[in-house]
Amino acid sequence: MATAPNVGMVPFVGAPAAQAEAPALLRLAGWRRPALRVLSIGLFFAAWHVATTWDVDFYVRFQNIPTPAEVLEEAVALFGSAAFYVHILASLERIWLGFAIATTLGVGMGLLIGWFRFAEDTLFPPIELFRPIPAVAWVPLSIMLWPTERSSIVFITTLGAFFPIVLNTIHGVEGIDRQLVRAATSLGAGRLAIFREVVIPGALPSIVTGLSVGMGVSWLCLISAEMISGQFGIGYFTWVAYGIVKYSQIVVGMLVIGVLGMLSSALIRLVGARCMPWLPRRVRDAT
Amino acid sequence: MRGGDLTNGATGRIEITDLGMVFGRNSRTVEAVRRFTLMTTPGEFVALLGPSGCGKTTVLNAVAGFVIPTVGRIVVDGEIITQPGADRGMVFQQHSLFPWKTVLGNVEFGLKMRGVGKKERKSQAHAYLSLVGLTGFEHAYPRELSGGMQQRVGIARALVNRPRVLLMDEPFGALDAQTRLTMQELLLGVWREVRTTVLFVTHDIDEALFLADRVAVMTGRPGQIRDLVEVKFTRPRAAEIIATPAFMVLKARVLAQVREESARTLSGPRP
Ligand SMILES: Nc1ncnc2c1ncn2[C@@H]1O[C@H](COP(=O)(O)OP(=O)(O)OP(=O)(O)O)[C@@H](O)[C@H]1O
Ligand SMILES: [Mg+2]
Repeated sequence: MATAPNVGMVPFVGAPAAQAEAPALLRLAGWRRPALRVLSIGLFFAAWHVATTWDVDFYVRFQNIPTPAEVLEEAVALFGSAAFYVHILASLERIWLGFAIATTLGVGMGLLIGWFRFAEDTLFPPIELFRPIPAVAWVPLSIMLWPTERSSIVFITTLGAFFPIVLNTIHGVEGIDRQLVRAATSLGAGRLAIFREVVIPGALPSIVTGLSVGMGVSWLCLISAEMISGQFGIGYFTWVAYGIVKYSQIVVGMLVIGVLGMLSSALIRLVGARCMPWLPRRVRDAT
Repeated sequence: MRGGDLTNGATGRIEITDLGMVFGRNSRTVEAVRRFTLMTTPGEFVALLGPSGCGKTTVLNAVAGFVIPTVGRIVVDGEIITQPGADRGMVFQQHSLFPWKTVLGNVEFGLKMRGVGKKERKSQAHAYLSLVGLTGFEHAYPRELSGGMQQRVGIARALVNRPRVLLMDEPFGALDAQTRLTMQELLLGVWREVRTTVLFVTHDIDEALFLADRVAVMTGRPGQIRDLVEVKFTRPRAAEIIATPAFMVLKARVLAQVREESARTLSGPRP
């Protein structure tokens, strides 16, 4: 399908061939592959356990790093206290707000810029101008610009997600097959109908890719901003834990960030797949 | 669908007069078509045949309204063509279905654009899908269909608007020989029902002679009409006619002309 070149390329292209060429030892029956994966994770935890209980000091120093058991204990304690949830909720609220604003602006502007030359000439130059500045570099200015800590962090989060979303949307619109536009006009579609029936669905796979990337970047920005300037949030919590020598809390904070990031990406993929039933499953999973 | 009537009352008089088409500007121009004149009678099936790059698609696009003639004019049923419209249905070579719409969604599209209600849309779309033999595939997406089936959807999608003319640009060019033959027969069957004017572009001499009432043989670029061949085989036609002596005679005549034009195209443009 010509409208989703950047999504169509990714999935599993090499997988069958690689499997066929693998030596007999590695060619495993269906149930062994999940088992291998679980084993691999188990090995990671084992290595962590060994390194931290033996206080390995081999250029990399493990003396101050908590053991898996300590982290688990800390996690249980933290999830039992209301204060921890305040941090998580604060971060989730900022992500949600920032991402929602970035999606609205990014998709909206991207569609306009991609489709209308006037919008491209008026809206795109400032985007190109600001794009090279990483969102985190905005933190000091953002603190001065915005009245509250919350709004300044939401601003950083929005900024981070906005660029991948808007650029992917533009890319998606520009990749729309002109023949489909012609087909629509010869079936009686006017300008508005073409925008609604061809441009938006045609750009959708690329938009979803942009949202997926944007979600990742917005977590990155959120955590950085919270570490630099926050008084709440899971990023702030993790940074403060370092300051007050609660090393297990650092790791719990990191794990929570990882899990939340993973869940939000999964959510995007799920919604994306729901919105695009026409794509083959493998392509949808790859966005 | 009232009374199962799928015809548009045999309208569709195309008058292409002195069409000239030049692309590009300043010194880097391409003259695709020059002094191209062709009239069709309502309900006629005309094939456009010619060497690659001679301007067949350009003529078709001009009738569709996708491109504006540099000189000359195109009139369909008394109206000068200035833009695309649902009165001229287009069937492309391939990949022109909306991938995000189901078969039904694709076929309904023209009706939706006209503001026809959902229920009425569905029943009309069903009628045309059954006409092209695709009943049961309403909820499939285009990528789930074979190339031949996709082209049938394309035909149904164009016909649902009851166009005055059906424009087809090598619609079977990407299909294998067997499927192509099936599709040609199917098209003739459909055309007998709808009786709309067809302007059919092809490279394939057999295809042109099998389908059309008249075959317009074009010169190399800039394309103009070199010969208009009347094909008087009785209808309905069966695929077997392409092996008859009468068919061979016509084919030999057209083949000689097409070969001459192809050779001329290779040796450079006409002065
Ligand atoms: N938009 C355009 N801009 C510039 N040149 C064009 C354009 N469209 C067509 N041409 C040129 O006009 C000539 C005729 O093109 P056209 O596509 O009509 O040929 P055709 O007969 O359909 O060829 P084919 O059989 O290969 O499909 C070609 O030389 C082509 O390069
Ligand atoms: Mg062509």
